[in-house]
Amino acid sequence: MSATLRHVGWVLRGNPVTLLAGCGCGLMVLAALLGPWIAPYDPVASNVPLALQPPSAAHWFGTDQLGRDVFSRVLVAARLDLAIAASAVSLSFLIGATVGSFCGYAGGRLDAWVGRFVDVLMAFPLFVLAMAMVAALGNRVENIIYATAIINLPFYIRFSRAEVNIRRNLGWVEAARASGNSHVEVVLRFLLPNVLPAMAVQISLNLGWAILNAAGLSFLGLGVRPPTPEWGIMVAEGARFITTGKWWLVACPGAALMFAVLCFNLLGDGLRDILDPRMRT
Amino acid sequence: MRGIAGRAGRRFLSSLPALLGVLVFTFLLMRVLPGDPAIFFASGPNAGQAEIEDIRRRMGLDKPVPEQLLLYLRDVATGNLGRSMTTGQPVLNDLRGRLPASLELTFCALLIALVLAVPLGILAALRPGSLLDHGVRMLCTLGVCVPTFVSGLLLIYVLYYLLGIAPDPTGRIDIFASQPPTVTGFLLVDAALAGDWEAWWAAASQLVLPACTMALFVLAPLARMTRASMLAVLTSDFVRTGEALGLSRRRVILVYALRNALLPVITIMGIVFSTMLGANVLVEKVFSWPGVASYALDALLSSDYAPVQGFVLLMASIFVLVNLVVDLLYGLADPRVSIG
Repeated sequence: MSATLRHVGWVLRGNPVTLLAGCGCGLMVLAALLGPWIAPYDPVASNVPLALQPPSAAHWFGTDQLGRDVFSRVLVAARLDLAIAASAVSLSFLIGATVGSFCGYAGGRLDAWVGRFVDVLMAFPLFVLAMAMVAALGNRVENIIYATAIINLPFYIRFSRAEVNIRRNLGWVEAARASGNSHVEVVLRFLLPNVLPAMAVQISLNLGWAILNAAGLSFLGLGVRPPTPEWGIMVAEGARFITTGKWWLVACPGAALMFAVLCFNLLGDGLRDILDPRMRT
Repeated sequence: MRGIAGRAGRRFLSSLPALLGVLVFTFLLMRVLPGDPAIFFASGPNAGQAEIEDIRRRMGLDKPVPEQLLLYLRDVATGNLGRSMTTGQPVLNDLRGRLPASLELTFCALLIALVLAVPLGILAALRPGSLLDHGVRMLCTLGVCVPTFVSGLLLIYVLYYLLGIAPDPTGRIDIFASQPPTVTGFLLVDAALAGDWEAWWAAASQLVLPACTMALFVLAPLARMTRASMLAVLTSDFVRTGEALGLSRRRVILVYALRNALLPVITIMGIVFSTMLGANVLVEKVFSWPGVASYALDALLSSDYAPVQGFVLLMASIFVLVNLVVDLLYGLADPRVSIG
């Protein structure tokens, strides 16, 4: 255990970026938890006389076309954006890792059918698929989550399937089976936990991608509706004013999006260095 | 040559199950979509129950689902993708008219991304740890984090509003410019064919911003992959042998190393293209680009589902085709590979 800690410490010392990314993620989670309480203004209260003010001391990120404080809106939106991404990723992780592990363990017909299904999913450009699914299921926030979860599924299924497949005949798996565990127990209690560390990297990288994806969908007008503060829809609303030079309406929520994705991506890269020294680039 | 044709045939056959899956999926999509299509096609909101029943029968909606699937497959095979309610045109015609705009944008973006990413990746790999290497790495890290819709809007702000270099960011060609006669639908090609260089310039200047926006997004994976594989190739035996034989560095790198280094880059082209088809939707929305994606999006937001279905089918078919081409290119670039 102390060797692991030493390794983590060594990686973090050599790579302070990961530490910074971790702090960034922590900051965002904090904003998501406390957003509504620490926001200086009401994120949905309009104040038309103060509309379209550039950033100032009173309004750090300026105000939008209804005079709402952009900083408060960006802050409060963190909760919704992170919640969508987190629930989508955990959903596809839970389903994908379980299905993939059982496929990798059992092989045979189940494996072949799931493989076919994954092939069909992968035959679509994934963002287009998500768009179509939100259209089919109905234009609501929870459907954005389902759509994002489904387009992430193939990666988890393939990954856990491959990882379980190379382990299923190893000595300790045989031992677990020989000592009276059922197949389901072997997969859930022994194989799956063994694959988890490698999947943590995937999860972190995936969170960033899920945020981009959800924001893209709501930028198109799918799922989240105004006046709900959400980064993608804020950019969409600000887009109308960009040709008249109101840059802060796009740049501020855009920067928040970028910051979130950047932190999760860097954290994923850092986790990879910590968990799997062979993959270091 | 026969080998290539044979492989193309085999690969095509092996992508058929995926295509069939795509068809079934788009069919299910239509079945799941809210609303009764028969009511859409009825004469008006006050159409009688009898009329709706009649339309249901004519559309085959009263038949069992498997039979409807077969009917759908027949419709697709005969090019009948339904009719758009917003434009009143058959979806196939609409898609055909708008596809060149999307393809022109996507291909130009891909070209820009490749022209920038490959040299950057090579240069970074030649001097690992240098300032340039760090610069490229930072560009790659940031590039995948900026959503296309944000980078597009910021480019508009800087180049159109602040600097005034770029033209008004709406549409494919300035409304006051003369439109070249339509031959291929690709404005750049049409204008060049007509010898109308003024129109060519107008179209090209409209294209630059959206194409760059898309290129920025896929620049990162391409440059990163080029750098990584170039680094690996440069330490290999044949590069050392080439250098030992006294070949010029330029020849070793550009002829022998590059060809091998590009193989992994070709492999990820499929994924890159998939990202681009998705990013296309966002970019077309930002720049009011009259392509298939903005068409589908408009239809989607006005609950007109036939175009959406046609669009999804089209995108998936293009993607299957692109993967086929990528496989074939891979075989051409690396004769050792024979994909069964």
